[in-house]
Amino acid sequence: MAAFPWHARSRNYVSESDVYKLESVPLDFGDYHPLKPITVTESKTKKMSRKGSTSSTSSSSSSSMMDPLSSVLDGTDPLSLFAAAADPLTATASMDGIRKKRDKDDNSAVGSDFEQWSSKRSEILSRYTTTEKLSINLYMGSEKGKTTTSGSAVSEKVRTRLEELDDLEEGSQKELLNLTQQDYMNRIEELNQSLKDAWSSDQKVKALKIVIQCSKLLSDTTVIQFYPSKFVLITDILDTFGKLVYERILSMCMDNRVSLSDNFSPETVNDTAKETCLNWFFKIASIRELIPRFYVEAAILKCNKFLSKTGILECLPRLTSVIRGIGDPLVAVYARAYLCRVGMEVAPQLKESLNKNFFDFLLTFKQIHGDTVQNQLVVQCVEIPLYLTLYSPAIDWILQCIAYRAPENLTNFSELFLQVLLTEMMERCKKLGNNALLLNSVMSAFRAEFIAARSMDFIGMIKECDESGFPKHLLFRSLGLNLALADPPENDHLQILNEAWKVITKLKNPQDYINCAEVWVEYTCRHFTKREVNTVLADVIKHMTPDRAFEDAYPQLQSIIQKVITYINDFSLLFSVEKFLPFLDMFQKESVRVEVCKCIMESFIKHQQESTKDPVILNALLHICKTMHDSVNALTLEDEKRLLAALINGFIKMVSFGRDFEQQLSFYVEARSMFCNLEPVLVQLIHSVNQLAMETRKVMRGNHSRKTAAFVRACVAFCFITIPSLSSIFTRLNLYLHSGQVALANQCLSQADAFFKAAVSLVPEVPKMISVDGKMRPSDAFLLEFLCNFFSTLLVVPDHPEQGVLFLVRGLLNVIQDYTWEDNSDDKVRIYTNVLHLLSAMTQETYIYHVDKVDSNDTLYGGDSKFLAEISKLCETVIAQILDHLKTLGKEETLKRQSQLALCFFNTILAHGDLRNNKLNQLSVNLWNLAQKHGFADTKTMVKTLEYIKRRSKQPDMSHFTDLALRLPLQSRT
Amino acid sequence: MGTALDIKIKRANKVYRCGEILSGVVVITSKDTVQHQGISLTMEGSVNLQLSAKSVGVFEAFYNSVKPIQIINSTIEMVKPGKLPSGKTEIPFEFPLHVKGNKVLYETYHGVFVNIQYTLRCDMRRSLLAKDLTKTCEFIVHSLKGKLTPSPVDFTITPETLQNVKERASLPKFLIRGHLSSTNCVITQPLTGELVVESAEAAVKSIELQLVRVETCGCAEGYARDATEIQNIQIADGDVCRGLPIPIYMVFPRLFTCPTLETTNFKVEFEVNIVVLLHDDHLITENFPLKLCRM
Repeated sequence: MAAFPWHARSRNYVSESDVYKLESVPLDFGDYHPLKPITVTESKTKKMSRKGSTSSTSSSSSSSMMDPLSSVLDGTDPLSLFAAAADPLTATASMDGIRKKRDKDDNSAVGSDFEQWSSKRSEILSRYTTTEKLSINLYMGSEKGKTTTSGSAVSEKVRTRLEELDDLEEGSQKELLNLTQQDYMNRIEELNQSLKDAWSSDQKVKALKIVIQCSKLLSDTTVIQFYPSKFVLITDILDTFGKLVYERILSMCMDNRVSLSDNFSPETVNDTAKETCLNWFFKIASIRELIPRFYVEAAILKCNKFLSKTGILECLPRLTSVIRGIGDPLVAVYARAYLCRVGMEVAPQLKESLNKNFFDFLLTFKQIHGDTVQNQLVVQCVEIPLYLTLYSPAIDWILQCIAYRAPENLTNFSELFLQVLLTEMMERCKKLGNNALLLNSVMSAFRAEFIAARSMDFIGMIKECDESGFPKHLLFRSLGLNLALADPPENDHLQILNEAWKVITKLKNPQDYINCAEVWVEYTCRHFTKREVNTVLADVIKHMTPDRAFEDAYPQLQSIIQKVITYINDFSLLFSVEKFLPFLDMFQKESVRVEVCKCIMESFIKHQQESTKDPVILNALLHICKTMHDSVNALTLEDEKRLLAALINGFIKMVSFGRDFEQQLSFYVEARSMFCNLEPVLVQLIHSVNQLAMETRKVMRGNHSRKTAAFVRACVAFCFITIPSLSSIFTRLNLYLHSGQVALANQCLSQADAFFKAAVSLVPEVPKMISVDGKMRPSDAFLLEFLCNFFSTLLVVPDHPEQGVLFLVRGLLNVIQDYTWEDNSDDKVRIYTNVLHLLSAMTQETYIYHVDKVDSNDTLYGGDSKFLAEISKLCETVIAQILDHLKTLGKEETLKRQSQLALCFFNTILAHGDLRNNKLNQLSVNLWNLAQKHGFADTKTMVKTLEYIKRRSKQPDMSHFTDLALRLPLQSRT
Repeated sequence: MGTALDIKIKRANKVYRCGEILSGVVVITSKDTVQHQGISLTMEGSVNLQLSAKSVGVFEAFYNSVKPIQIINSTIEMVKPGKLPSGKTEIPFEFPLHVKGNKVLYETYHGVFVNIQYTLRCDMRRSLLAKDLTKTCEFIVHSLKGKLTPSPVDFTITPETLQNVKERASLPKFLIRGHLSSTNCVITQPLTGELVVESAEAAVKSIELQLVRVETCGCAEGYARDATEIQNIQIADGDVCRGLPIPIYMVFPRLFTCPTLETTNFKVEFEVNIVVLLHDDHLITENFPLKLCRM
């Protein structure tokens, strides 16, 4: 095959740019802009006579874009549709109705901000457990006999014996002994089920009996540590029962199949329903035993609504006082909790009885120290502190109910409450010690603002508490939790801290101490300066160091650090807290230490606004980063490494010594030595150093002095020796190229050459497949991209005086030639066409771009004919290669590729070749025909190309294109 | 199968007072037409007296006198003999509640030895081949309003106030104080009051309210008087807090209580016992006669 000589078209880039560059059009930011906010105006077509603005009708104007929100507002929401459809009068009425109803709801229903019982339920069940054996004692014998048994004078003893006989005869006494906790729970669940079954099979009396027997279990306090859980289980049954009764009566109220609304009045209830309801109450009122009677009545409290408006109002206080008859204080307090629970559900607005419940509880509090309770505890081997914690769920619940929405009348209610409480407390303090429990419950139940405002009082009370009962550190912890949420009065800040810390610091047990301190650190950080924080940290260190107590307290210590860095965002301030770093030293377990370091770095990256050169920060953070870096080992996960690297990079980016470039460089050098195991950090460092070099160039306005030139060379050297230590080949290639460009820009020609040479020699090592995001992908696309980029750079790289002409290009071409390409890929040819582009550009008199202050080959050779001949020879070789390849594609299955490549080459000639040359002209015509030969050419593309040629022919000096166009036939598909 | 007879009284609670009109419907349901010899409705009210087993021997002489005392008895013919169509037939009725002469409509009361009961009975007489059908239905009579004067009672129970004590020395010391709002009670209102265990050496096991009826049958020459328990309501369970008032609260059960009644042949009276049971099985009882009335 004859060699085709290449004749590059000579270009005048300046004039071309003038002709082809886009015209700039002044932007008109008129009405429309996609980001402009949509202005909403009320449309006048809607009825305006409605009260209230529940249905704001609006339409978006001045925007062609449909905003989903505004489209909803635009009259299509159900409320406004409804309002628009009805005439104004009825609309008003119904709207008012709805509003009234809603207001009512607000009064009578508990808002979603009330923590529901269900959320407490599982907590109690999991907390109060036992391994002891439990028993259920059920007498399913009928209650009947009692109303008719004769003889009032029969003694109690005889009578019970008779009853027992009766029951035995009926064979319905069940006593289940030796149940494990799980058995017990299953039994209760069975009872719950049989209650439902009995109810659905219309055995109302049996259902009532089950409920009575169940609630009777609540009077039994054997295995006392299980009592709270038992309460939870059994009240579930009671709730079921209450619901069943209520629904049954409600269903009886259905008149003409219209059920009552939720807020019915008793007058609308029919007589039958009322009678049934009354029957229930009469039946329950005759239950002999106090506890079942109380619980069952409380369970159906809601049914009072059927009888009278004030029923519940009267019932609640009565039931409250009924509880006074329960002798066991634990049983009583849970009964109170249940009443509050039912009360909150049915009539949350009735606060008085809630309060009364609590005050009654206070009155009976002294019973805990009575003989009855103490004897019981001795029998069951339960310690007083454990016993007291059994009270917590109930008291917490009662207080939560009381505190709910209490602030509305905070002034009078809470004052009163506190007064009562305080006097109660002080009085008891002198005699007993266990009001601590109460205090704790008060603090955890009431709103933080409320507690915070009276912190000093609380501290006073805590201090007076006796240590024997409830542990004091828990009290301080509770108080601290409140203070973390709400601010105490300004003047008390310091005193509170002093008082609290005085006690905390005296705690002997490190675990108690740290639990307390953890909470109080937040308060300290919130209100005080670094001095106090420092003191606190110092104290913590002092307490936690002996016997390596910190080892058991990592979570708490970690949370302390977190709190400190949340509140102190200024890192120079943070690190000037002397004890901060010593505090960090306590984290001796590596995983925890790294976690802490990560937290600190995250906070730094998030909060540090300006770059810094503060030596304190740098030292500390370097230390921290080093810790993170050193945790990396062979087992570290990729993700973890990436995260750590991102954090360290974030830090490196924030370091700036301003104009002190040398120090900056030495910082990078130090960083490199520290973080050598994390590649992304090294990459970042190379980029930073490159940036530093360019920064220097900018400062010197391109004219390096001797000193800056040396500095820049140092930077370049840094990059050059760092890059090889990276493992990813494309990162290396790109960095070589990038750094070479930087070196070139800084007139370090030999260094740039070195970079490019390194890049060239690295190309053969590129593997066929590389791993991208954990998947193996072919690397050719990346390589192609890199090489094109490389070619563009090579245009301006001047030839080395001692090496031959186009030394680098030849070297690269050799490498490409020798590279083992995929068998069925055309990448090599695509690269060769790109090489043609490069070579064409190199033959121009003036290159399209230059590096400032670097003479490229155009200046060096000045269009020397030898140089051009050299290029031409190269071109010939490349063209020969391309044509060879095209020939090999002549097989059936590769014809499509052949057509595409032919067209691609044709385009190259069209763009860069001089078509006045006959041979080239002929070649292009041949290529055109080849592209169409087997019908694989895309007709549209061909037509467009032809149109382009015709258009070009109209330009000056392009008349030969007309002839060319005539020689290019267009093959129709068919 | 067959024919069903039912009486439906208009008022759901079936409560009527003297002078009012008792109204309702008799409902007959049948698949086929019903042939009958007439349907009648009878209203009856009577006092049944019974002597307790222990009294029988002593008061044999009275045996004759213990027969039901009729208060009211009237019958009306609702439907003359004939046929009723198949399906459901409702026949409304009205009875004026009036008594003849100087008889009084006592209030409905179900006791042990005294029972005051009012019934409606519907009879359907049929030919020899089919059995007669009968349905009875109780209705309740409430007596007219009485007078009530409040009579609050304060009480104190100590070992010294007790009677019937065998060994006073072995008694633990205690002081229980309290009051009843009134011993003259409205039957529809609960018995209320308060009780305070001021002090007790022994632990309290239970405090109960025992409602007792005292029924007397007979006349001036000789009579049987029996006291029986109606119900027992526990108001305190376990060792209650000292000095804390415990509510006394008891609802009077329906049917088993009535306004206190005193006639020539029988008496129905009520009492309440406050029973305190101590842990060492000491039983302390304080008795209060009640006077119930209806307002």
